[in-house]
Amino acid sequence: MSGIVIIGGGMAGARACINLRAGDYQGPITLISEEQYLPYDRPPLSKASIMEENEPLPIWLLEPDIVASLKVEARLGVAVAKIDRAAKQVILVDGSKVPYSKLLIATGAKPRSLGPHALTLRDHQDTLELRRRFKPGQRIVIVGGGFIGLELASSAAKLGCKVTVIEAQPRILMRGVPEPIAKIVHDRHLAAGVEMLVATAIESIGANTVKLKDGREIKADTIIAGIGASPEVKLAQDAGLVIDNGIACNEHMQTSDPDIYAAGDCCSFVHTQFGGRRLRLEAWRSAQEQSATAIANMLGDTKLHVAVPWFWSDQYELGLQITGFADMGPITVERRLGVHTLILFHMAEDGRLMGASGIGPGNSIARDVKMAEMMIAKGMKPAPEALADPNVQLKTLLKG
Amino acid sequence: MTTWIEACAADAVNNEDVIRFDHAGKTFAIYRSPDDKYYATDGFCTHEQAHLCDGLVMDNIIECPKHNGRFDYTTGTAKGAPCIINLKTYPVKVEGGKVLINLA
Repeated sequence: MSGIVIIGGGMAGARACINLRAGDYQGPITLISEEQYLPYDRPPLSKASIMEENEPLPIWLLEPDIVASLKVEARLGVAVAKIDRAAKQVILVDGSKVPYSKLLIATGAKPRSLGPHALTLRDHQDTLELRRRFKPGQRIVIVGGGFIGLELASSAAKLGCKVTVIEAQPRILMRGVPEPIAKIVHDRHLAAGVEMLVATAIESIGANTVKLKDGREIKADTIIAGIGASPEVKLAQDAGLVIDNGIACNEHMQTSDPDIYAAGDCCSFVHTQFGGRRLRLEAWRSAQEQSATAIANMLGDTKLHVAVPWFWSDQYELGLQITGFADMGPITVERRLGVHTLILFHMAEDGRLMGASGIGPGNSIARDVKMAEMMIAKGMKPAPEALADPNVQLKTLLKG
Repeated sequence: MTTWIEACAADAVNNEDVIRFDHAGKTFAIYRSPDDKYYATDGFCTHEQAHLCDGLVMDNIIECPKHNGRFDYTTGTAKGAPCIINLKTYPVKVEGGKVLINLA
């Protein structure tokens, strides 16, 4: 009997198993992952799992006893060779065939490479390798001032490494983080002793040297590339599914084959709430939410995927959270809660709140960002002067 | 034997809100519901160690500030991803304007 097959052992795949059973699906579930592990959480790979004193195990999203109780057959350490849509089966590299009635592709994204001399961070094994290298006094050069690069810089600096971050753009976090917040992050790295080279282009990367376009050479014990990720679309592409900045899904997280859905970093989808724009999100919570939508629809529902995007980054003691669509809100309203604590609200011309970006120690901005997310979801037009006033509780706006 | 510990003044918690209470090396969260009832749970989220007191209370739900895991704070039931493990709850009573919790 053919059942539901999930390709990919990340967050989207793990949540799919839970949601299928929660949705009263009784048939077979097969989860296929190239990695030798059951699904585990990836955000700690750049932070807690690096910092932990003793060699860490992955942090399981599905523990073995949960996998057993969900009656999921996990095929680990084996890659998929091909999706055979005509026969509705998945063919693995070991030659075995798994038939499906519905298929979820949740293959994630792979880090862009800068060649053989630059490490990347994608899985638990990568973290174990970085842990061996992040020793006091080691020279760590990180190419790319995005979240992965900066979180690794924070971890390496805390461990006593001599860290350099090289960013080609005029500032760090150009994609998706407003300048005043990026500046707080930048300054925090400087305070930790990290050398921050922005607007700096790279000529070449050797075994222990990064050559810059301006002629400088930076010596390194370890070079890491954190220059973004590409969606893993090969299986889908080979199977003839439509690709558009990832595996193209409609507003139901369904691909161009009605029996195949996709979720997480590997796919793009149509977000109906905000002008029907096509989005691809590389975010932990988005992967959970997309997986939930895909599974509900696989089981017969017709849910639209309308969740407001949200993501976070932790560096040093700072917590950064961003929600919504900053690029759709050209008017910025600042809510200043402290020297290093602020929230920027991004409002549309018609007064609608479209996005919010916050930073502060610990979880100090979490509540306000959450309430902003709820206001965005409701299409609210909160008064800018109320948002800007730290004495006004956002809850009163949300309920009012 | 039951041990009632004074956690805070009743008016120290706003309606539909939460505060932190530390006692004997442990951290707890004290809630006041929209209908002015008081509840207490462990202070840390069951997913990772984040203080729930920084989270948002909406009706009977506390949402963790870190990764948006949700719990019904009146029962401790985990209500949303990524949380699977329920939150421990403690009996609460209000006497003489004080919130007391039973840690026994």
